[in-house]
Amino acid sequence: MKYVDEFRDGEIARKLAATLAAEVQPGRSYRLMEFCGGHTHAISRYGLLDLLPPGVQMIHGPGCPVCVLPIGRIDSAIELARDKGVILCTYADTLRVPASGGLSLMRAKAQGADVRMVYSCDDALRIAREHPDREVVFFGIGFETTTPMTAVVIQQAAALGLSNFSVFCNHVLTPAAMVHIMESEGDSSRVALDGFVGPAHVSTVIGYGPYEGFAQHYRKPVVIAGFEPLDVLQSILMLVRQINAGRAVVENQFTRAVTREGNLKAQARVAEVFELRECFDWRGLGEVPDSALRIRATYAAYDAERCYSMAYRQVPDPKACECAAILRGHKHPRDCKVFGTVCTPDHPIGACMVSSEGACAAHYTYGRFKEVPLRAEVNT
Amino acid sequence: MSYSRPLDLKHGRVDLSHGSGGRAMAQLIHDLFVRHFDNDYLRAQTDGACFALPAGTGRMVMATDSHVVSPLFFPGGDIGCLSVHGTINDVAMAGGKPLYLAAGFILEEGYPLADLQRIVVSMAEAARAAGVPIVTGDTKVVEQGKGDGVFITTTGIGIVPDGILLDPRRIQPGDRVLVSGYLGDHGVAIMSLRENLSFDTAIQSDTAAIHCLAGAMLAAVPSMRVLRDPTRGGLAAVLNEFACAAGCGIVIRERAIPVRDEVAAACELLGIDPLYVANEGKLVAVCPAEDAERLLEIMRSHPRGRHAAIIGEVIADPNGFVQMETTFGGRRMVDWLTGEQLPRIC
Repeated sequence: MKYVDEFRDGEIARKLAATLAAEVQPGRSYRLMEFCGGHTHAISRYGLLDLLPPGVQMIHGPGCPVCVLPIGRIDSAIELARDKGVILCTYADTLRVPASGGLSLMRAKAQGADVRMVYSCDDALRIAREHPDREVVFFGIGFETTTPMTAVVIQQAAALGLSNFSVFCNHVLTPAAMVHIMESEGDSSRVALDGFVGPAHVSTVIGYGPYEGFAQHYRKPVVIAGFEPLDVLQSILMLVRQINAGRAVVENQFTRAVTREGNLKAQARVAEVFELRECFDWRGLGEVPDSALRIRATYAAYDAERCYSMAYRQVPDPKACECAAILRGHKHPRDCKVFGTVCTPDHPIGACMVSSEGACAAHYTYGRFKEVPLRAEVNT
Repeated sequence: MSYSRPLDLKHGRVDLSHGSGGRAMAQLIHDLFVRHFDNDYLRAQTDGACFALPAGTGRMVMATDSHVVSPLFFPGGDIGCLSVHGTINDVAMAGGKPLYLAAGFILEEGYPLADLQRIVVSMAEAARAAGVPIVTGDTKVVEQGKGDGVFITTTGIGIVPDGILLDPRRIQPGDRVLVSGYLGDHGVAIMSLRENLSFDTAIQSDTAAIHCLAGAMLAAVPSMRVLRDPTRGGLAAVLNEFACAAGCGIVIRERAIPVRDEVAAACELLGIDPLYVANEGKLVAVCPAEDAERLLEIMRSHPRGRHAAIIGEVIADPNGFVQMETTFGGRRMVDWLTGEQLPRIC
């Protein structure tokens, strides 16, 4: 497959891994957080950890939009679909996220709520046009990657003068979450992070400029990395080199898609439609200031929170669940008591188990065989 | 049937009377099903088919499969031929030579008779090509909105020759795992037509009867441990079923798994893994190591197994984990499919 296989080449991977092993300083530990779920997934799916030298440790960050969505927001979405009788259009990943009262959007659907899976917000707009007699709400989630598309459909709906379409906006911001992780680092004996594998798709939109202040202020190197396994491996090498040299700057490994200023057109669309929320509740991280977007008053008619007078109710995460510590990188999925016993991808308790990009789901699906004492080997 | 108005196969539609047991139903059965499936068992117009068994051979196998695929017509096939292939393959995967099929139809009121005829003709052709007649059947009609056009359940019976015992519990460490060809074609062909996905692709469903391939394989390698067709859940589901039943682990090599470039690209686009995508004309085989090369040769010399490959081996691992050596050089698990990848694929 052209333009893809090049970035999954096992031969180059082995060479890179050898270079990495040679450059890692003996006895030194390199604790690197990959912020994005996309990186977590790539690392697990390609077995990338097997290629890393012992000193390099990858810590899974909170960059999975489904995982950080708090229970209260899912509850609100279910209420819209079940009690307000709307057609709720959502990305598939959110369907199985556990909500209050043993519900999820999938279960609400089974009970008769009109919940429809869409692959893009454009499909939601189409459904609204096809059903002028029904109210259609798009459940907008995601980091900066998906926000511009939501902005565009809101503007399209306005241009078409649609009166039966609105967006339940839950778009969140990456740099604010990274800052929040660093701010919570110093408050206890928690292990420090040495560097960040920075977002790929998010950075295509916002550029790598926004991380420069972060790297400088917290003295942590950031390498913007693509989502292919070779991208991740090369970025890890770039981080190790910075750490060895005592540098802490933003470097861009994903040069084929990311520039310093990012996608200015997309940024302009987002700025036209959205404004900063003072505070947003993240699952695992709690309330994070200036970390999310809401729809501007100009587009109030397309804001489901306004149209349906939705009030947010905070719901605590299940007690047994370690998602909070896992999303912050303080714990590994295997440290959670319910991992793989009560909480599995088929019956997720915590958010990290729901999406394939979640740290727990990735570890369960691709890596749990490594937790078993008997390490199976090919006996031929 | 003189003095009766002929079935309007051009503009007519299924109505409730076609399932009511009256003249309209008799006409539908006679003019459509009996006419196309065309055999003495059906012409006898009894509720069941009576047949003699081949003398003194082996055990009988019976398998059934319901088909609710959406859309009903897809690149490379339709629900008709799919329903014939699906059950023939289930009988064949038990080591059986398929003999006869039964077909049950649930039709939705309002469904065009012309489309129903296309489906029936496709079934008849598939059954004839496979040499397995449809000898009995049933027709029901449900009100509009209570079905989705056509659902078809087929049941097949066959004979497993003496000396053949296919059971995943016979799998042992050291055994080899083979697949008969490119994986994921059927699932991707269906996905390409789904209304909210629709993308252009030349990929055709691989729907086909593979009982002849299976027969040739079993004749050459009667020590075969197990055969299975990787339909819903794909190769990953089959390997996990094997590993679970056998109490062994399985290690496969990503590089060895045959996947067409177009299928790999479509899966990449959709964010899915071809290992989990459905097939309708492929099989997975496990055999003792010493027979693997010979089996591969037999498979490759058969038109339905030209792209067969040895993809991995069975290892001692009481956890029953399926692992894969990635092209990238790492190792990861190939777990069961979680949730649903795409409903109504077959």
